[in-house]
Amino acid sequence: MTRSTFTLSRRRLLAGAAGAALTTPMINRAWAADPVQINMLAWYGHAEPDIVAEFEAANNVKFVPKYYAGGDNMLGLIAQSPPGTYDLILSDAEFVQQLNMAGYIEEMDPSLYPFDDFWPEYQNFPGHWTGDQLWSVMVRFGLLGVSYNSNVMTREEAMSYNAFWNPKITGKLGHFDWHLPSLGQVSLLMGNRDPSPFDISEDAWEAVMDKTLSLKPQVGGYFDYGGTFASLKNGEMLAMAGIGDWITGVLQKDGAPVASVIPEEGGIQWTESYSIGKGTTKHEIINKFINYMLSPEGQVKSIKMAAYPGLSPLKSGWKAIQEADPAEAKRSGLIEGDDQSPIKLLSEGRLFFRDIPRQQDLEDWNDFWSEYKTA
Amino acid sequence: MSKRFDAYPYVWRLPLLIWQGLFFVGPLILMVAMSFWLVRNYRMEPDFVLKNWDRMLGRDYFWNAYWVTLWRATLAGVLASLIAFPASYALAFRVSETTRRWAIFFLIVPFFTSYLVRVYAWQVLLAESGPINAVLGFGGLGPFTMLNSGFGAMVGYMTLVLPLVVILQTFSLAAIDRNLIEAAWNLGASPRETLFQVILPAARIGLILGATFAFILSFGDFVSPFYLGGSKPPTLSILIIDTTKSGQQWPRAAVVAIMMIATLFVAAFAAVGAAYGRRK
Repeated sequence: MTRSTFTLSRRRLLAGAAGAALTTPMINRAWAADPVQINMLAWYGHAEPDIVAEFEAANNVKFVPKYYAGGDNMLGLIAQSPPGTYDLILSDAEFVQQLNMAGYIEEMDPSLYPFDDFWPEYQNFPGHWTGDQLWSVMVRFGLLGVSYNSNVMTREEAMSYNAFWNPKITGKLGHFDWHLPSLGQVSLLMGNRDPSPFDISEDAWEAVMDKTLSLKPQVGGYFDYGGTFASLKNGEMLAMAGIGDWITGVLQKDGAPVASVIPEEGGIQWTESYSIGKGTTKHEIINKFINYMLSPEGQVKSIKMAAYPGLSPLKSGWKAIQEADPAEAKRSGLIEGDDQSPIKLLSEGRLFFRDIPRQQDLEDWNDFWSEYKTA
Repeated sequence: MSKRFDAYPYVWRLPLLIWQGLFFVGPLILMVAMSFWLVRNYRMEPDFVLKNWDRMLGRDYFWNAYWVTLWRATLAGVLASLIAFPASYALAFRVSETTRRWAIFFLIVPFFTSYLVRVYAWQVLLAESGPINAVLGFGGLGPFTMLNSGFGAMVGYMTLVLPLVVILQTFSLAAIDRNLIEAAWNLGASPRETLFQVILPAARIGLILGATFAFILSFGDFVSPFYLGGSKPPTLSILIIDTTKSGQQWPRAAVVAIMMIATLFVAAFAAVGAAYGRRK
């Protein structure tokens, strides 16, 4: 009796095990190739489903993002990883030269990308090229100006950086907690436009510091990404320096009464570009992805990216968003001749690429920012 | 026989020593060493230069942040102790054993949720358009700016430390020998005299430890001064973040951290001395 029971249960066990083995997803998956993993170093949002899901499904790849906040943070992450860790690097344009100097990125072949389709202003983006050598391809950009609560301030009032000193927002002016955009905007207000608000003499730098310190009584706080969103949304801050539509555009979709405008003194452009990480072996699929993101389809996704909106540097991208979402094209100025169109602003000399300080050490700007915060 | 090596006590001490070595002494030594390193091209390189110390301690913004942090943590320690005391006193002397047990349980419950989540909740509550200002508005008051201020940060510190301080105070008050209090009464001491000459001295250890924990936790806290204080002004913990963010200056951040640890050591030793030292 005992023996037969044992035999029966063993058979059952074997049958069960065999059934389980056949239905295990691990086994089934062996018949299909595993997706190729692409390691991407990027700002938050660039490897989220709204951007990459379709490409992943169509090409059997899987993006594995490592998100950073700020160029310094990005360089730090690369410096601490072995070569070849990242296949694709999305960088702020002003840091591409540093990536290149440190030997973290590979030269790219310009013939692989649709440069003819770029607006001429963006075909030879500074820092992306050394002579004929290409190191990075621009995928999107955005504008930093005056962001304000439209219940409190009019667009006309916001049309100058002097709006930050407006008594209506005393104690309610927020700063995005990064020195480059905020100090760049004060530099623009001080008239430093030739060649750029970041290329200024010692005297001009002194003047920028003094002017910035005079803003202190207006300041209600210094915020990171999340804090900037929250404080503008709940009305805690009524204006914000150092940001633009990449924040207020998201809040507008939520119905918050906020807007961004490029004032008379000019705006600052942030620029995001793809570079190929040195040591990668996945050139083909990476180039395919970069081209996908530069295609009209990819550009519409980028313009409407859920994490934060961006503008398109490609003529076909403008056309695509005008067709796909005219309201969004109008809102973000991606229409020829619109008074906030980046191409128009560039032609008027009212748009400057964000840069690292050219005549001072980056450290000096950093130090001053810390001083300003504790002043 | 008596010379035989007795491994027993050493074996039991070993885990603590290994733990402290691995997770405290080791990192501490590394951090001190790192404060003399240099950063080149966003990469740390071992070196022995005083530049980081010179640079950080020579800057006004470091000392501004230092005094702000010290002042706020001290205030948090004092405030938490004062706010906690009536509650602890009631729990220790005025309620039944069962009620006290439930109260202690409910004081532990806040620790079940993340401190960050609780601070985000305060952001909503303290906002100018938030519920607290709405209620005050009915009485014709406000709206008050509570977020992004020293007040906001202090609310956050209290969220962090108050339950712990109440627990520590309650235990030390409850442990006081009731005969002492009765004796004080019998000898004609007024309630005030009983409190200041019997109860407070007898509960000294718990009261000082409670205040010290409040000080230590507030001194190193990043969340409240950042999310409720709006980094206005930055504390030392925020300065550490800023320093590492800008140019990967971990060695300079290490200088700030060492200064913080040194300050906490002094504070903790002074507190332990005051708590356990002999009374004159």
